[in-house]
Formats: sequence, structure tokens, C-alpha cells
Amino acid sequence: MELNRKKFILQWADNSMILGQRLSEWCGHGPVLEQDIALTNIALDLIGEARYLYQLLASEEGTSEDDYPFLRKESEFYNLLLVEQPNEDWAYTMIRQVIFDHFHYYFLSEVMKCADSQLADIAAKSVKEVRYHLKFSSEWVIRLGDGTVESNQRMQKAVDDMAKFAAEPYLPSEADVWMQDFQQGPDLNNLKAIADKALYEIIEEAKLQWPDQQTIRKGGKEGRHSEHMGYLLATMQYMQRAYPGLDW
Amino acid sequence: MENNWPLYEVFIRSKNGLSHKHVGSLHAADAEMALENARDVYTRRNEGVSIWVVKAADIKASDPADGDFLFEPASDKIYRHPTFYDVPDAVKHM
Repeated sequence: MELNRKKFILQWADNSMILGQRLSEWCGHGPVLEQDIALTNIALDLIGEARYLYQLLASEEGTSEDDYPFLRKESEFYNLLLVEQPNEDWAYTMIRQVIFDHFHYYFLSEVMKCADSQLADIAAKSVKEVRYHLKFSSEWVIRLGDGTVESNQRMQKAVDDMAKFAAEPYLPSEADVWMQDFQQGPDLNNLKAIADKALYEIIEEAKLQWPDQQTIRKGGKEGRHSEHMGYLLATMQYMQRAYPGLDW
Repeated sequence: MENNWPLYEVFIRSKNGLSHKHVGSLHAADAEMALENARDVYTRRNEGVSIWVVKAADIKASDPADGDFLFEPASDKIYRHPTFYDVPDAVKHM
């Protein structure tokens, strides 16, 4: 298989898999039952999306879909640094989500139109779910940003800490460039303009400030991750590492 | 954590043509959140095509203790029931 295509699929699948794993940590710990279920639903949507992509790779490479999430090393995961960041509290979780959902929604809307019909089909299926994720996280950001003094402060702190991860989705890797050049894949520069505009409108409506000066953290698309990734994988991969070939 | 959000009652229309049916209740800060919560809690398995939410406090309910004078007088008035007609098989949802 074309290596750039495989890399593009893994970047996409790993984002959803790792964020799904992160969100699933909220299961049983949500602030109220209704939000606990809402986040679990979103986690399942994301893991389901990742599975379609891992299944596609498995069918083409003659492997098992489980090999990709459970048997790869940290440096072989190509997800964004954003999605591996810890949940911290509801404010951090919602800011991380609203940044990712904006990228994810507009990204899928473009992949739907690419020349690779298998990828276009998976994008078309997932984009409906992601449209709901985007509505959900946007409303929470507005609700809490434009809420009480304390909720506004906590949301602002989350924005200040997470903003440095918001640019990486739009920095093209070699695989992104290949997809754009040969498969009519997303133009990430164009995508950034559209997605950021929508994101900043939500931030403004929430009475929050997007920081002017910001460092950019990147490396995830090349397998260079933050210190949190190893712990996440240790939890996620434990069963297959401890009991290789375990099935249930 | 104490949950101070008001209680909402949830009604779901399972398919077009049928009426909304009460399915349960949930807590939410406002009607918009109640609608989203209802979607997440009550329609995970394709249960519906439409959702209504209404604040439980806005429902005026009859007192169960009043049952004897509200409902019992109807029980011996069989002539109010259209049981003397044959309903054709083709008529559904009667």
C-alpha cells in the first residue's frame, strides 16, 4: 500500500482512538449522570470511527484491526498532541473537545469529497456524529465561559493552557500533502481559515479571550508525543501486552 | 455533588404518525440542555424521531387521593364505550 495513504489513515484513526480513550476515562465520573452518558456516547462514536479505519487497513494489509491500537509503540502513533492531553476537569475537557471538534468537522467535510472513495465513505458516515459533538462542546463552552465568575476563570485558564495545541492539526505532514496533491484531500491552510473563524466566534460568544501570543506545540503527526501519551497507552494496551492474543 | 438543576419530563415520538409518549425524566440547567440530555440518555438505541421536554414543575397533576370522585363515576357507564361496534381489521392504533 502507498505509505502516505497508510500514514494519512493512521493520523486520522489515531486522533479518534486516543481522544475516545481519554473521554472514556470520564465514564462513571461525569459531573451528573446525563453528561456522563453524553461523553460516553461521544467516546463510542470516536472509537467506532477509528475502528472503520483500522478495519480498512487490516483488510488491505492482512492484519487484525486490534493490532493497530493495541500493538503499536508510542512512536508509531500519529495522533495530535491535543487529543492525548489529560482530562483535568470539565473546563479542560470541553476546551480540548471544542478545538478538536472544529478541526474534525471541517476535516471530514473535506475528506468526504476526496478521490479515495473508501475514505470518503467513512468520512461521510462520521461527519453526522461529529456535527453533534461540535454542537455539544460549543454549547458547553458558551454556557460556562458566559456563566459565573468562577466558571469563566476556569474556562479561560483551560483556553490559555490548550491554545498551544490548536495549530498542529493544520500543519501538513508529508502524508497530508500527498493526500491533497494526489487524492483531492483537504487543503489544511484553507481548512484552518474556516475552522478557526468558527472557533473564535464561539470563544467570543463565550466571553473568553484567545491568547494573542502563543507557542505552538507539535510533533504528534511524526510520532513525537507529550509525556502523557505513554501513560495513556499503558492503560489502553495493558491487556494485550500482559496476555498476548487475549480474546473475549 | 448536589444537583440543583430542575427536573424535566421527557416525551418521545417513536415514529411519525404516533403521539409523543412519556419515557422518563432528567435534570438539566435549561430547556436546551434538557433536549440534548434527552437525546443522549433516551434515544441511544433509535427510540425516536422527535423529543419534547417540559419542566416537571410546570405540569399540573391530579391528586391520586381524588381518584374516587374523578374517575370512579365513569366505571359503570358502559354506554360511553364504543364497544357495540365492530372495528374493521384495517383500522390500526385503536
